[in-house]
Amino acid sequence: MTRPRLTTLAVIVVALAVVPFLGLSGALLNLMIFMMIIALAAQGWNILGGYAGLSSFGHAAFFGAGAYAMAVLQTRFGVNAWIALVIGIALGALVGAAIGFLSFRSGLKGSYFALITLAFAEVARILANSTNFTGAAAGILLKLQTGLPYLQFADRRYFLLIALGFVAIGLLVSWWLEHSRFGAYLVALRENEQAAQALGVDVFAVKMKAIAISGALTAAAGCLYAQNYLFIDANVAFGSWISIEALFAAIVGGSGTVLGPLVGAIVLLGLGELTKSVSGGIPGMDLLVFGVILVLSVAFSPNGLVMLMKSLGLRAPKAKEA
Amino acid sequence: MLEVKSLTKRFSGLVAVDQASLSVAKGSITGLIGPNGAGKTTLFAMVAGFLQPDGGSVSYDGRDITALAPHVRARQGIARTFQIVQPFEGLNVQENIAVGAYLHTPDAKEAMAQAADIAKRVGLGADLVKASSDLTVAGRKRLEVARALATRPKLLLLDEVLAGLNPSEIRDVLPLVRDIRDQGVTILMIEHIMQAVMNLCDKVYVLSQGRMIAEGEPRAVCEDPQVIEAYLGHGAAERLRAEQAHA
Repeated sequence: MTRPRLTTLAVIVVALAVVPFLGLSGALLNLMIFMMIIALAAQGWNILGGYAGLSSFGHAAFFGAGAYAMAVLQTRFGVNAWIALVIGIALGALVGAAIGFLSFRSGLKGSYFALITLAFAEVARILANSTNFTGAAAGILLKLQTGLPYLQFADRRYFLLIALGFVAIGLLVSWWLEHSRFGAYLVALRENEQAAQALGVDVFAVKMKAIAISGALTAAAGCLYAQNYLFIDANVAFGSWISIEALFAAIVGGSGTVLGPLVGAIVLLGLGELTKSVSGGIPGMDLLVFGVILVLSVAFSPNGLVMLMKSLGLRAPKAKEA
Repeated sequence: MLEVKSLTKRFSGLVAVDQASLSVAKGSITGLIGPNGAGKTTLFAMVAGFLQPDGGSVSYDGRDITALAPHVRARQGIARTFQIVQPFEGLNVQENIAVGAYLHTPDAKEAMAQAADIAKRVGLGADLVKASSDLTVAGRKRLEVARALATRPKLLLLDEVLAGLNPSEIRDVLPLVRDIRDQGVTILMIEHIMQAVMNLCDKVYVLSQGRMIAEGEPRAVCEDPQVIEAYLGHGAAERLRAEQAHA
């Protein structure tokens, strides 16, 4: 398996950083920010679901933890946005550890793990929706304050750069996984837990670390979401839509690969937006397209777009030889 | 080095292993044989920590390890192979072995280098970048051994590493097992292939229906009437003796 080099990743990030300065319209800029947020959430999902093979249906729990930390800390406690961001990310890791502790201790895997994560996210959604502390059903509106200290910018390109910075961190984390003992352990326990144990892998500890890192990344996406749209409620922050987008982007792009989640998020949201504009705003058309893409990608490139591109690229020179 | 004392394992009513004891001397190759379904693999699983016994104890290097998790035992120097090979399918041969090597080094380069060395040792030197699923049965058995070796075990538990191999492959693997022992690794092996047991083992234990029915030198054990009956059925030993007397 060939793996992307650091330089490749750097080129991709720089290219993405240049795009917003090519005179994009406001709508496209917003779309790109949204792509980065989803990509980041998907990168988080990918660490647990892709590398460790523990598919979660409840990454909304982490996304929401980040989003609410951002919103509640700023509006209720007057905490600085950057500090709230750090706390939000830490909270995501903590929520991950809590869910992980409860489910891994009892050895939950496969569909059982997926369902329990879904349940945790739903519980969080219902709690946030009914508690005054979290703004209940009315949600939380963040104050508009532009400037670097507030992590809000009159020029949205700067926010995009920050989101892109996080995606770059996500790429680096995944790249590190592919070149480290920890990553090798993740894949080993995905492929065969017993055999991994026999080789001295403490599977519980490895899973706990994985879900904490995964939760932290997805929570970062939640923080950015809250800070970008300046409004969240329980259905946005803890809604299953984000759990689905995160796993969807990672799987379509290529789960267990460095670039998969980013590629998946760009392709999916890009196509979704395209359909919306072509179909003239028929509600739900983009979801229909998502469904078709999922069916097609599972049927024709079960290892994701990244792997598909790679295998096409590998096949081409061989064809010339023959 | 390894002391197993009256281990018992029940699976809801069925007694799979019944008060079985064995001891493995440091530097030896000890065999564990017995008819199918005798409980050999269950006994192995308890030694490696994958199953908790219902009674009895396992001690290793003088310490009681009965309650330790498998990965802790691996860190203390007990490695096992699986009867049904369990490669990490998503990883190539070298990466598979490196997972074992990571036990002693966090460094990826070093683990991969060690993995390459071990691959060479077990005869997989040419297959480093092959997907583990592309290996032949014999190749996968070697991979199992290589992965276990990469953890630098003091005690290696081999669960039927020769099963499914053809005679020439078996001839190739025998020296490998002996070579591992000569490097200072104590070996406990489950094996069906008597040629291998006779050839390799210093001592053999025979398990039948969960009970240890015989122990001793391989040749002596093979002539034990109880052992013959366990394999060939009641009265077989007598019939054999009668036939030999006639001949």
